Amino acid sequence: MLKNRIIPCLDVKNGRVVKGINFVNLKDAGDPVEQAKIYSDGGADEICFLDITASNENRDTIYDVVERTSKKCFVPLTVGGGVRSIDDINKLLNCGADKVSINTAAVENPKVVVDSSKKFGSQCIVVAIDAKKNGNKWEIFTHGGRNNSGLDALEYAKKMEDNGAGELLVTSMDRDGTQIGYDVDLMSKISSKVNIPLIASGGVGNLDHLVDGIKLGNASAVLAASIFHYGKYSVQEAKEYLDSKGIPVRI
Amino acid sequence: MKVTIVDYNSGNISSVINSFKEVAQDKVNIEVTADLKKITSSDKVVLPGQGSFKSCVDALNKINGLTEALTEFAISNKKPLLGICVGLQMFADIGYEETETKGLGWISGKVLKIDNQNGKYKLPHIGWNQINIIKQSKIFENIENNSHMYFVHSYEFIPNDKNVISATTDYSSNIVCSVEKENIFGTQFHPEKSDKLGLNIIDNFLNI
Repeated sequence: MLKNRIIPCLDVKNGRVVKGINFVNLKDAGDPVEQAKIYSDGGADEICFLDITASNENRDTIYDVVERTSKKCFVPLTVGGGVRSIDDINKLLNCGADKVSINTAAVENPKVVVDSSKKFGSQCIVVAIDAKKNGNKWEIFTHGGRNNSGLDALEYAKKMEDNGAGELLVTSMDRDGTQIGYDVDLMSKISSKVNIPLIASGGVGNLDHLVDGIKLGNASAVLAASIFHYGKYSVQEAKEYLDSKGIPVRI
Repeated sequence: MKVTIVDYNSGNISSVINSFKEVAQDKVNIEVTADLKKITSSDKVVLPGQGSFKSCVDALNKINGLTEALTEFAISNKKPLLGICVGLQMFADIGYEETETKGLGWISGKVLKIDNQNGKYKLPHIGWNQINIIKQSKIFENIENNSHMYFVHSYEFIPNDKNVISATTDYSSNIVCSVEKENIFGTQFHPEKSDKLGLNIIDNFLNI
């Protein structure tokens, strides 16, 4: 039986790990390679790096981080943040990333998803969707949550599947950094709209939120940052908890 | 010993390279090349594959003499070869991803899309799934039945001769996830991404 995945996400800036509350108030807290190794040794099903300030700053640091991590961690590594072009994707994959997540570029130029999934295979193309509730629908935000594209999240998700995305990483902008739980309504609506796996993100504060993301949100995988990063829970504890709630996990 | 990872522009093979180098350390010489002479003079060959069946076959065919060199290595000389993911799928006679495409024909059979049972099963089949070992393969030394391996694929290999199947995994149906036919080995899952157990499988292959 296929297991639900737990994916710790490390926000990386200038080659160092940070985690912001709603993408601001950053705290520096460690070397991403060591952190990733701790997670993979602790049973993380995948590792995710998000280069949060990549759109504005020199990106070369992330290539070095990815290269060093891929020589030490032998679970899948996803890298996102500032991925704009086929060339960016090519460089990250060559450094040892297994998947890349594309956010702003997929909104501005959906062809990049079509072209990259054809060139590298859908298995390594994750489309990251940052969505915020507006009335009774959700809208897509870009540039790290700063710009409202006005696009409807559900329609956009379906379009990205058609364009060749292998997975969707869905973040609720309303919940990100709040620790009050995933927007399971958003997750389940997108999940039922598409036939590709959904990774839920944004808002995890405790282990029940992970359970809800899978049971109520219909997510194939749950992504979390701060609950693991600040040592509140280990990945192993999270897995044992999910297991106790009847969710299939790799233990 | 010299082991060659075939670099034929089939997508991202850095994880395969990293994992083999990690296991090999100084004991085994890992080469990454499409050089025909180097391939045929190797002791073992690893055939990775990412993307579609068609794109991988096309990439193999683009390099003059590569298919013949691999066939000489695996079929005439019967030296150990490990296919990973689409690398395994290409052992088949024919694949149906994108369009009907002829495979290497080393293990008779075809490659079809996994039946998602009208959307009940998400595709690609991504993540950790347990393998059901049905034949003791040399690459499963010290690997327990029901071990977890990492999968990413939407197509499955259906061999005509079921005796070549060494493991299956349960997703929609019993999907063939490992084959062994004499000197030819293949895994649908990614040992290079399957943590310690995956490295163990790579070690087993290097020790054949």
